[in-house]
Amino acid sequence: MIRINEKTIEKFFFLSAFFSALVTCSIFAFLFVLGLPLFSGGRFFSIITQPWAPHLGHFGIYPMIAGTLAVSLLTMVVAFPLSLGCAILISVVDRGKMSWLLRKTVEMMTGVPTVIYGFVGIFLLVPLVREIFEAGSGMCVLSAVLMLTLLVSPTMILFFCDSFERVPRSYGDAVLAVGGTEIQKFLYVTLPHSWTGIVIGFTLSLGRALGDTLVALMIAGNAVQVPGSLFDSARTLTSHIALVFAADYNSMEFKAIFACGIFLYLFTTILVCAVRLVGGRRKMAG
Amino acid sequence: MKTKLSVVICIAAMALSLCAAAFAGDLDAFKSEKGEIKIAGGTAHIPVMKEAAARIMGLNPHIQISIAGGGSGVGIKQVGEGLVDIGNSGRKAKDEEVSKYGLKMFKWAIDGVGIVVNPANSVRSLTQEQLMAVFAGKISNWKELGGEDRGINLYTRDESSGTRAVFWKKALSKGDIASSANFVVSNGAMKGAISQDPYGIGYVSVGHIDESVAPVAFNGVAPSLENVKDGKYTISRGLYSNTKGEPAGLVKKFIDYLFTDEGQELVARKGFVPVK
Repeated sequence: MIRINEKTIEKFFFLSAFFSALVTCSIFAFLFVLGLPLFSGGRFFSIITQPWAPHLGHFGIYPMIAGTLAVSLLTMVVAFPLSLGCAILISVVDRGKMSWLLRKTVEMMTGVPTVIYGFVGIFLLVPLVREIFEAGSGMCVLSAVLMLTLLVSPTMILFFCDSFERVPRSYGDAVLAVGGTEIQKFLYVTLPHSWTGIVIGFTLSLGRALGDTLVALMIAGNAVQVPGSLFDSARTLTSHIALVFAADYNSMEFKAIFACGIFLYLFTTILVCAVRLVGGRRKMAG
Repeated sequence: MKTKLSVVICIAAMALSLCAAAFAGDLDAFKSEKGEIKIAGGTAHIPVMKEAAARIMGLNPHIQISIAGGGSGVGIKQVGEGLVDIGNSGRKAKDEEVSKYGLKMFKWAIDGVGIVVNPANSVRSLTQEQLMAVFAGKISNWKELGGEDRGINLYTRDESSGTRAVFWKKALSKGDIASSANFVVSNGAMKGAISQDPYGIGYVSVGHIDESVAPVAFNGVAPSLENVKDGKYTISRGLYSNTKGEPAGLVKKFIDYLFTDEGQELVARKGFVPVK
């Protein structure tokens, strides 16, 4: 009896997994089919290389590709060490009231809608960046990166905390018993054992940084240019889709946003695979 | 859909305060009506739409009117696809849009597109030549225009904006807009951005200009209602409400209301030039 149940449940979960995978694949197929007119007739390379100037017949999206990569990767550069530090403070260094308070705050932050971060960004961060650095309007890569960091960090922190706390206590005690220090315990036991959790947390946050629309749309400035510095206004692929969406269905502008979708999808896939690969290798070594 | 700027507004509470104004005769047509009107599109139209909706819904609570933004392109597309009853646009629908969707256009106001800067900025007048140089990025410091020694931050709208289309054609003579220009998504967002940025310059529908931004004279002519009306101020356009096919029932009554004395008086009060 129990066996049959187990089998049924197994099948049920398999089907769930199968359908989620199917949806993911069909979205890509959908994007690809609708974007097909772009790929045929050698227009694909012009999409990557041209600037975006619809009135001149140029529909290139490479400024947006550069904008997306700059914003999301820089966000991870800031957010990863920050989250790691925060998680270490919460679950390793301090285990008292302060840790509890921090943890509750972080948990609350995961629930804040993006649009709130956008508003806070416009009214507090943007004027601050403008006046401190006196470069441009304050609507720039830096502002977007800082705000996105705030957006993606909580998830990462919670993931890290959980994986630190899942390491069996006895392992750490063993290190201390043979005369190891707290730092050695963390570096040689806790960190290697929580590696998987760290990789997953990183991947999820990277996906979110890549895919978030509102924060970049509201505070990155949306200029169609390859950002040359932190203080340049930039447009991400997601903002670009949101901005161009209003165009006529049959126009070239509208078709070009399918290329944006494809690139977003590709970037997410490639980056996630890369992180998994690197993460996996480290795990084997450790 | 661009939900973030869809200012879908349920106005019951607001409507109550306006009940007093709603007794006049032009609203009588709505007394026995019932139903829903969905409006989307041009963001310049929103103040008038909101007020008209408040009056109608204040008089007759059986009528629901929802108003969303999105820009002229969205307005035309959504009404054409049958997603909304009225699609607003700050430009004439293109011939192919009219023929493809069978659109009917109703021009109920004339609107200027005014150049605006932050009130803290001392520059209050630009020639067309200067304006074109500024937007092309050739003049990039306020010092060159008699202002502070700070960089100029350009603000523009996305390609589907009717306000942008008019500004680009009539103020910039279809000249370049520098790629460093920031993009905002509505007239309201433009006003917000300029009122926040002491070194910014942008353009909004004249009906949106208030004390939070400072209007800039174009070729010596201020973007005032009078100047738009007598044609002295040249950056102007019609405000249109479009329907798919001949409007009927409640939608027809709503559009008719915009052309009544009361509707046109409302248009004038919101800072636009009435057509009658």
